[in-house]
Amino acid sequence: MHQGIHPVTLTRRPDFYVIGEIIPPGSRVLDLGCGEGELLAWLAEHKNVMARGVEISGTQVRKAIARGVSAYQGDIDEGLADYPDKAFDYVILSQTLQETRSPLHVLQEMLRVGRRAIVSFPNFGHWRVRAAMLFNGQAPKTDLFPYDWYNSPNIHFLAINDFEDLCREHGFPIEKRYFLAGSTRITVLPNLLGQTAVFLLG
Amino acid sequence: MIVETKSAHFDSIALEGGGTLAPVEVAYETYGELNHARSNAILITHAFTGDAHAAGVAHDSGKPGWWDNMIGPGKAFDTDRYFVICSNVLGGCQGTTGPSSVNPATGRPYGLAFPVITIRDMVRLQKMLIDELGVGRLLCVAGGSMGGMQALEWAVSYPDAVRCVIPIATTWRHSAQQIAFNEVGRQSIMADPDWNQGEYYDTKPPARGLAVARMVGHITYMSDESMREKFGRKLREKEKFGFDFGVDFEVESYLRYRGNQFVGRFDANSYLYITKAEDYFDLTNGTGRLADAFRPVDTRFLVISFTSDWLYPSYQAQEIVRVLRRMNGDVAYCDLQSNYGHDAFLVDVAEQTELVRGFLDSTARIAVAA
Repeated sequence: MHQGIHPVTLTRRPDFYVIGEIIPPGSRVLDLGCGEGELLAWLAEHKNVMARGVEISGTQVRKAIARGVSAYQGDIDEGLADYPDKAFDYVILSQTLQETRSPLHVLQEMLRVGRRAIVSFPNFGHWRVRAAMLFNGQAPKTDLFPYDWYNSPNIHFLAINDFEDLCREHGFPIEKRYFLAGSTRITVLPNLLGQTAVFLLG
Repeated sequence: MIVETKSAHFDSIALEGGGTLAPVEVAYETYGELNHARSNAILITHAFTGDAHAAGVAHDSGKPGWWDNMIGPGKAFDTDRYFVICSNVLGGCQGTTGPSSVNPATGRPYGLAFPVITIRDMVRLQKMLIDELGVGRLLCVAGGSMGGMQALEWAVSYPDAVRCVIPIATTWRHSAQQIAFNEVGRQSIMADPDWNQGEYYDTKPPARGLAVARMVGHITYMSDESMREKFGRKLREKEKFGFDFGVDFEVESYLRYRGNQFVGRFDANSYLYITKAEDYFDLTNGTGRLADAFRPVDTRFLVISFTSDWLYPSYQAQEIVRVLRRMNGDVAYCDLQSNYGHDAFLVDVAEQTELVRGFLDSTARIAVAA
């Protein structure tokens, strides 16, 4: 018989691990595109955060709620408008920036609604993506970008340097950067060697 | 789980419309055990034509409860863990004082002398019952449709008395369309000459009017898709049309059967009073400002709506969720996929169970930790 909430570890998603380390105990946290709520559940349990989540997929939000996460079914692009300024200490957008319709608007709203924003995304500048494009001449399919071109939730493709440029151009203060190859932190040539980037803005 | 309906008695209850009702009797059932800390009690609030018999098998009739698929050992409202209570609403006709009850002033049934009651009055009576049972702070109040309205009213009237609230397939106030359907039902009853201004207890009830009202109700509880699947254009025990006004189609036969069956178990005057209470219900007391209705409290909310429910459409639930979010309230919300229309919360319960079970479990654990 199903026992209810399963304990959660964050090893499945390396960016979750970094995010989990960044957030101090007792914070108010909003996770945009929270999926099945594993990150929020972990934060609630280990860091005693006040956790809220938004997720557009009915199947996933159901699992998040069943985990005990206060998640509601809704659209990120529209949902942020309802929150007052600085309603949260941290607003998280993990591996979802490339799926939102208006990434710039979402980032601006995140920094309005939260004191800080945490954004993670797969790096389109990674050498494997470049090699796939160069040698195959076709839409790259790698571990990080596994979808067929016609069946992908990703509507934007950005490299780490693209994000750095965006933040500079629009005045988003970057407090910290973390680059991951698999679950390993790297510091050398991130735009080429980094698979996942985690930025702390604010 | 064999259950017997119990009864509680109160001297009087003060009503929102002014005046009091004295005395008052409440029919209720309980399932499971109240724990030592008195922290595991859940109140289930029934919908329009529901009653106290929410779960288990009735001792006298052998009938299962109306939410037996959600309440019981190992189910969404797990009676191995929680103490579950369900009572018949004020104005009802299944054991709680209503228009068919005896008026002590006259020795005859109230009829239309029964005062017009509201959802808030129903909830006030439930609070009296809960206090009488010595339950302490309720872990949860949960219900669908009119039951969802009661759950919302609990959150607004007694926020400190309940840890979490689960309003399902419901609204914070009736729209014009919802009022319109209720009015058709009422008019059908009142147009039946046997209704006789509510004085029919000595003669015969307005069976035809009540049956037609119920037929309309059944249509609103289903969806176009579910009716197509269930009936389509199938003929009832015929090969060809009858070219008369008897029953041709399966759906006609179903509606006639359901309408007639309803008359045997529900009082026509109760129909009038309960639909009126639904139409009067407004969480904002007429201001339309939902944000003012909820005080900033730590009550958790799980709001559920169903995609094919056109009687209580999802936008109404989403309005509540939006307001709670703006207040930084603790709200979870899911719009469950179903083809069953408004009936879904009663019949399409697999995903609903998953949501409720997890939500209750986490609320109970937060409550223990606090």
